[in-house]
Amino acid sequence: MNKDIMICGIGGQGTVLASKIIAAAAAEQGDTVHSAETIGMAQRGGSVTSHVRIGDEAFSPLIPNGSADLILAFEPAEAVRNLRYLKEGGTVVVNTCAVKPVTEALRPSGYEAGVMIDYLKSRCSSIFVDADKVCEPFGSSKFFNIILLGIACGSGKLGIGKETLLSQIEKRVPAKYAEINKNAFITGFNIGSKAGI
Amino acid sequence: MKEYVMGNGAIALGALAAGVNLVAGYPGTPSSEIIETVSKYPHEGVHLEWSVNEKAALEVAAAAAYSGARALVTMKQMGLNVASDPLMSVAYVGVKGGLVIVSADDPGPISSQTEQDTRRYADFCRIPVFDPSSPEEAFEMIGEAFEYSEKYSTPVLFRPTTRVCHAYAAVDVPEKFAPKQYEGFIKDSGRWVIFPRLSYLNHGIIEKRNSEIADDFSSFRFNTTEGDAGEKAVIASGVSYAYVKEALKNHRDTRIIRVATAFPFPEKFVLNALSGVKEVICFEELSPYIEEQVLKLSGRYHLDLKVSGKLDGSVPHNGENSVELCADILSSFFCVSFKEKSNGMNEIPPLPARPPVLCAGCPHRASFYAVKQAMKGKKAFFCGDIGCYTLGNAMPLDMVDTCLCMGAGITMAQGLNHTDNKAVCFAFIGDSTFFASGMTGVVNAVYNEADIVICILDNSTTAMTGHQPHPGTGRNMMGNFVDKVDISKVLSGMGVKRIETVNPLELDKAVQTVSKLAGERGVKAIIFKSPCIAITKPEGKCEVDQDKCKKCKKCIKEIGCPALVTEDGTVRIDSNLCTGCGLCSEICPFGAIGGACGE
Repeated sequence: MNKDIMICGIGGQGTVLASKIIAAAAAEQGDTVHSAETIGMAQRGGSVTSHVRIGDEAFSPLIPNGSADLILAFEPAEAVRNLRYLKEGGTVVVNTCAVKPVTEALRPSGYEAGVMIDYLKSRCSSIFVDADKVCEPFGSSKFFNIILLGIACGSGKLGIGKETLLSQIEKRVPAKYAEINKNAFITGFNIGSKAGI
Repeated sequence: MKEYVMGNGAIALGALAAGVNLVAGYPGTPSSEIIETVSKYPHEGVHLEWSVNEKAALEVAAAAAYSGARALVTMKQMGLNVASDPLMSVAYVGVKGGLVIVSADDPGPISSQTEQDTRRYADFCRIPVFDPSSPEEAFEMIGEAFEYSEKYSTPVLFRPTTRVCHAYAAVDVPEKFAPKQYEGFIKDSGRWVIFPRLSYLNHGIIEKRNSEIADDFSSFRFNTTEGDAGEKAVIASGVSYAYVKEALKNHRDTRIIRVATAFPFPEKFVLNALSGVKEVICFEELSPYIEEQVLKLSGRYHLDLKVSGKLDGSVPHNGENSVELCADILSSFFCVSFKEKSNGMNEIPPLPARPPVLCAGCPHRASFYAVKQAMKGKKAFFCGDIGCYTLGNAMPLDMVDTCLCMGAGITMAQGLNHTDNKAVCFAFIGDSTFFASGMTGVVNAVYNEADIVICILDNSTTAMTGHQPHPGTGRNMMGNFVDKVDISKVLSGMGVKRIETVNPLELDKAVQTVSKLAGERGVKAIIFKSPCIAITKPEGKCEVDQDKCKKCKKCIKEIGCPALVTEDGTVRIDSNLCTGCGLCSEICPFGAIGGACGE
């Protein structure tokens, strides 16, 4: 079975770690995995995407338009920017808190999250998550990537087992943060399993 | 042991598995991670270096290959322009041990100045080139590249593109690497000293050899044919092969001819694969190299063949290919729809643009601002260079008037000075770029009596490509601490008489220094010394005292630091981004910003 998962957000939000955990966990389950990352000039403050492709029928390193089963969006406008990758009937898990462009103070863009959320609601089935709220108990927005993984797993849309993901998280985060990251994952998992999608 | 690695990692591991003895290169996206990967894996007995530039890297490696060792050189495509002088000559001389030159191309371009095609260099220099389509292939093909290099005693090019370099896949890595045993350099001036007579003789030998390699490549395992022979066929190379495979995945009977060795062109293989074909379309990125070869073939053998691709306008000349693009063009070519259903995307709300900017706290911002302040109301030209500081062109700094290639800032400031002696001409160059190709320009300017101010933005690293060390950092890739090469002493040794070193974050002092030197004759240098924020820990955070802030937004309008944000008309500092550099506090006319380092 092929599965294409796109992760999108803004440089510095932890998208790369999320994609590495998914890819490694899929490989641990015995699946063939390919992925691709944005590297270079766009990494700081720019739009970034990770493409994770699971299965033997994926040739291109990038997900073609209309092929993604799941989009994990760290920011609402980035979800809309990359929505063309979603296949019909695919799911979007998206943070509802807008991150304004770094040039916002200099040249206001008038960008607000609400417009993006309404657009997503009219287009596809989405799970909306308020990142500020879910990260609050953990004291930092840095845990959102792991919470988001938990939500995707809990919703049943990721196709990778909970224990496999947890073991990869343990392997890939510094030992002193392993426990809190695992808790973040479980918090997300519980949200995802109640999402009813 | 299976390892999930980036394409560049696969190239590094493939080279280690092939027993490479020496690896040298200069950082450049998308090639930088090859050398970094070698450094992270056990590589006992392998000499590893970041050379000062690509020319130096290739010359170091060529000598190693003369000695019978296996040598790998890495660079991005424009680095090959820098290395083209030794490349042309070593192509005539040849090698004993394998010499593989990786030149990573960047269709798009995503982070480059040109959309040049390394395969053209292979043809120009008359040396073989390998063009992998995936990380897995790159891992295996790099070993073959060493074999061919030794079999035919020639340097070979290896040309991955961004989507191969930065894609990830699992490769089977050996538990242990063993560098090749080699005999060492054997003197033979008839072989290793290039003279007109040698070049004349070798030119003939090389052309004869190349037709042998073309035949050899005709059975190369990565030159493949699939599908049924019909009247229409597709030729693809590099990552475009993956795109075409994906676009045609539900049409397995379509003939796809993949050419992984563009030069010497595997004529027999392609001729055979095209037998019975009346129309062929070529998918390749950058230049229509294979398309031209097929046209030549068609002429030579009087084939009844229509060749489509970039040259007849079927495929765009510029930018990357993609599955969608290939599916679209193939649909017209075969008169069948290969398009996937996609999520209808009409009426998309306007999306915020996210241009790259200098990081919050970047010392380059302060350096540019100091020069800008000192030159207020004066006629001045600002010649930029290649690195993070190219971003100094963005508003509100607007401090880059020209940017051409590595090292050109210094020489272009000189050129502008000779054509307009009323303007103060500045050159901005980073520390790594200074060592790579800035020094020659300094000597040129001193010797030819230019009046310029050279600003060396010394942040103690090669920031843009991922913080590689260089001669000024006192650390090398063998893991050793070495004497730092002192930029000030280098300048002094080259004849620059006025050299000042300032901390750009001490704004007043920096502005005064610029004003003073700008008024003097000759070549002047200012070293703006402050480390990159990504390699240091922040010393504190700045905060806006809302009682003192008059909301004039001067801080935002003058320096455009991403940590300075507005919320309902009030100015705030994003503590997640602020590094406490304090530049904004020096600009605020009301003393409303505090908490910076040094306070």
